[in-house]
Amino acid sequence: MEMEEFASGKSWVHKLDPRVKIVITMVFSVVVALNNHLEMTAISIILPAFLLVCARLDFGKVMLRLAIVNGFTLFLWLFLPFTTPGETIYAIGPFTIQREGVYQALLITLKSNSIILMALALLGTSQIFTLVHAMSHLWVPDKLVHLFFFCFRYIHVIQDEYHRLNNAMKMRGFKPKTNIRTYRAYSYLVGMLLIRSFNRSKRILQAMRCRGFKGKFYILHHYEMKRYDYAVGGSSLAFSILLMVAK
Amino acid sequence: MIQLRNIQFGYGSRLIFDDLNLKIENGERIGLLGSNGCGKTTLCHIIMGLLPPKSGDVEILGKKRTKEYDFSEIRGRIGFLFQDSDDQLFCPTVIEDVAFGPLNMGQSPEEAKRTVARTLASLKLSGFEDRITYKLSGGEKRLVSLATVLAMNPEFLILDEPTSGLDEKTTERLIETLKESGLGYMIISHDRDFIKRTVTKLIQMKDGRIQAAEWNSLEM
Repeated sequence: MEMEEFASGKSWVHKLDPRVKIVITMVFSVVVALNNHLEMTAISIILPAFLLVCARLDFGKVMLRLAIVNGFTLFLWLFLPFTTPGETIYAIGPFTIQREGVYQALLITLKSNSIILMALALLGTSQIFTLVHAMSHLWVPDKLVHLFFFCFRYIHVIQDEYHRLNNAMKMRGFKPKTNIRTYRAYSYLVGMLLIRSFNRSKRILQAMRCRGFKGKFYILHHYEMKRYDYAVGGSSLAFSILLMVAK
Repeated sequence: MIQLRNIQFGYGSRLIFDDLNLKIENGERIGLLGSNGCGKTTLCHIIMGLLPPKSGDVEILGKKRTKEYDFSEIRGRIGFLFQDSDDQLFCPTVIEDVAFGPLNMGQSPEEAKRTVARTLASLKLSGFEDRITYKLSGGEKRLVSLATVLAMNPEFLILDEPTSGLDEKTTERLIETLKESGLGYMIISHDRDFIKRTVTKLIQMKDGRIQAAEWNSLEM
């Protein structure tokens, strides 16, 4: 999967200071997640929708991402309307649909879509490593930042290694079937990946030590807040607070 | 410059070096030959202090080195290029990766940026600063790895299989860079042509010992 497909772009949303993006997304998500008013939650979608339009992201691709999330909310729609106690609004045979359940399912669907859209509009429009940097500027603990950073850096390498091993298996006529031999082959593959990743991590640390690493990372670039960073950040936070207060 | 005396080393019960001796003088350009798995990479790791020998002395730049602290002093002065560039390049962008060493050595971000620009220019890699390291081609990765080592301004280089996976053009660039660097180095390689063109002295590892090698051992 292409992880940074929205990250390249030249809109002002792309160019926002990543620290502002992270703060807005966090505050907005918390506010929306705690909000229990259907109208307010529906209104909250205005902000991410506006940012998405400004970022000029491919509409189809955004919908595709949303479809993945809504695969999960679909399950809520299968169960919540039937199981939440409340006023019956419709009955199909022995099953009854409750108003309360529909309300809950709709609320959760709106909330999750609103938050995901916000993350796509702001976090999705930055390179992952810019965000990692921003995190370290925002006093996120170093260990967490490094963990996130190395995961992303080496996930590609491990993915390549997986493809190489998988291809090597195919080249020798391996066809996966539902039998113990297939399971064993796959467990060898996973085991081999684990061992290789472990060895690689040792070599990376060695290479880092050879270049004078003593446990501390230094940051080369420092961000500078521009006037529009303050403007966008301020107005987005104001919008979030408004959502929280206006009930 | 580098002197190993009576080095004994093994993995578990398998002894690789029983009594290894090696002496490298300042400015020497050495090619290290040896069959697969004979311990060439292990030797480099012992020199760099990544693996501790069971017994014997490691003397680098005129001082006996035993502890991690001793070795951390020499890490910038002896540059080590790893076999796999993906092990060496771990930062998101080229500029950060090349600046990693200089920053560790105590340069300020401004100084480090100048060092990066100078190093990249010397390798004809100007303009690579903001490229994403894992999206570089194999040859570019190798050259950038070399830049990360050269940026620390080393006095001596150790290169472990520098040409593996490189095309002729990149190999040619590597040869030129090494020749023009004015530095001494030791190269591990199975690439006979590359060795012939870059080094002035040949040694080989055999049965866990270092011995002189004949130039005609490069001919097949």
